[in-house]
Amino acid sequence: MTTPSDATARPDPSEPARAWVFGDNIDTDQITPSRFIVSSDPDELATHAFEDLRPEFSQSVEPGDFVVAGENFGSGSSREHSPLALVGAGVSGVVAQSFARIFFRNAINLGLPVLICQGADAIDDGDEIHMDLDAGIVVNHTKDEQYDAEALPQFLQSLVEQGGLKAYTKAKLDR
Amino acid sequence: MTGKTLAEKLLSEKSGTDARAGDYVEAEIDVAMAHDITGPLAFQTFHEVAGEDADLFAPDRTIFTIDHHAPADGVQAANNHNAVREFAAKHGANQFDVGDGICHAVLVEEGFVRPGDLVIGADSHSTTYGGLGAFGTGVGSTDLGTALATGDLWFRVPQTMRFEVDGDLQDGVYAKDLILRFIGDVGFDGCTYMAAEYAGSTIESLPIHERLVLSNMAIEMGGKTGLVAPDDRTASYLERQTGTEIDLDDAFRSDDDAVYESVHTYDATELAPQVSKPSNPQNAVDVTEVAGTPLDQIFVGTCTNGRYEDIKIVADILDGETLAPNVRMVVVPASKSVYSHMLNTGIFQTLTEAGAVIQNAGCGPCAGYHQGVLGDGDVSLATANRNFPGREGSMESRVYLGSPATAGVSALYGEITDPREVQTNRYDDTVFAEVLP
Ligand code: SF4
Repeated sequence: MTTPSDATARPDPSEPARAWVFGDNIDTDQITPSRFIVSSDPDELATHAFEDLRPEFSQSVEPGDFVVAGENFGSGSSREHSPLALVGAGVSGVVAQSFARIFFRNAINLGLPVLICQGADAIDDGDEIHMDLDAGIVVNHTKDEQYDAEALPQFLQSLVEQGGLKAYTKAKLDR
Repeated sequence: MTGKTLAEKLLSEKSGTDARAGDYVEAEIDVAMAHDITGPLAFQTFHEVAGEDADLFAPDRTIFTIDHHAPADGVQAANNHNAVREFAAKHGANQFDVGDGICHAVLVEEGFVRPGDLVIGADSHSTTYGGLGAFGTGVGSTDLGTALATGDLWFRVPQTMRFEVDGDLQDGVYAKDLILRFIGDVGFDGCTYMAAEYAGSTIESLPIHERLVLSNMAIEMGGKTGLVAPDDRTASYLERQTGTEIDLDDAFRSDDDAVYESVHTYDATELAPQVSKPSNPQNAVDVTEVAGTPLDQIFVGTCTNGRYEDIKIVADILDGETLAPNVRMVVVPASKSVYSHMLNTGIFQTLTEAGAVIQNAGCGPCAGYHQGVLGDGDVSLATANRNFPGREGSMESRVYLGSPATAGVSALYGEITDPREVQTNRYDDTVFAEVLP
């Protein structure tokens, strides 16, 4: 098993890149089909991300790309393999109209930026977007639009900025 | 200041703050659990943040189970099992092996969970412990790995969605039917970020194993936990399980003036048996609406409905009968003690003679890993908690969810059947006298 990429090496969500758009209720079985989750290696998981739903994703996703979804993204099991697969694929952030709780929590803990954005349904597959985490907005360069998102509460933003829960806990144990 | 909900009280107690919905708190963990899928990643996190040789925050209250791919269905699963065994032995944690049963059944049966506890499990159905009045919640492997080192974890204090149920359930209607109805009404994500709380005279009269069903499936509406205020039934159940006396803290119930996100009221007398259609638990309908749907497989088991009482309902229906020729039945007891009860009471034989396949205790085909996965076009009725596309195997298979009674009666006819047509006893009280208060 390799270590999940640490946050300092993570792509910058303020850099515009391609949006991969998914629908409502994308559950963890669809993000990382259960037959592949005997592995917890982010790179290997990334090669199977969305395999049943959108087989071309894992071949064509570029580091820095975004995942955009509708309501209730990441519902289902608590498997951290799902956000980890996105980290492994180099996804720089996830924008959704809403998230399932555990996925949201896992993503923050891994230092993967997530924004809840009602206007996400205006984003089309292939649009070029970026996330502004401080302001809580998503900018669509292709359509020249921007959408308000719920800025992360201070505590969560600092978790993401520090690189996730591991870095936060290490700092805490060192204190 | 208004009163507090049970969820707010439990997190106040564990964080040493006046916790209110929306607050972020760091709270002390009482019990931590991971299994063969989520464990290895949590161990890696633990090693990274605390070091290879660090101590667990509380080895006696840390539990690892081998239940999801058990026995191992491949080399990678076997290696995961070894990782669990090694980590548990090295750090002196409790470990349950192949055949001991599903994590959520084991923690309850072995008395690890007490009312008022904060229990985190690296498994989404850790909401189950709410049925004992503990704040049980599912977390990721990173959460778990760091908490194993520190003994605490961050939480957003949830709002509470309250379900108040009064009246007697009809014969043939169970907690499973109630929770499928709740999920159908509020939707698959209706309770996201919130605690579900179950109250009212119907809930108070439910035996503990039925309350656990309600709490278990809180996650299927997005809930962070699913709480039932602990009462005398809870205490006597646990005293029986653990042999020690339980002090019930009267504080562990919501104040009369607590503020809820919403309150949903139900008249239990009106509820028909429910079935959730493919491929989402929220597609709950009266069983009459889907009666007659032909089935290929019936699966009885899981952390939702794989307890002795559940399997006994099925066995009573199939006693002296045989499965309809078009169906196969897979029965997977939730724990080793359920397995032995089945042997000791003869229902192992009843089910085998009826044509069912009985497997070792564990998760079985619940998540589509092994031991009874579905092929293209297969239609299944399961006593499980999820029926997402591909959940029990092929993306082209279809899974209906229902109670053990609905499963048993449907097995007899080979199609979805209203249990009220055959099975009229709601609870066989002699069963509970055998194993439960
Ligand atoms: S029985 Fe199913 S839902 Fe329960 S813990 Fe096992 S895989 Fe998960």
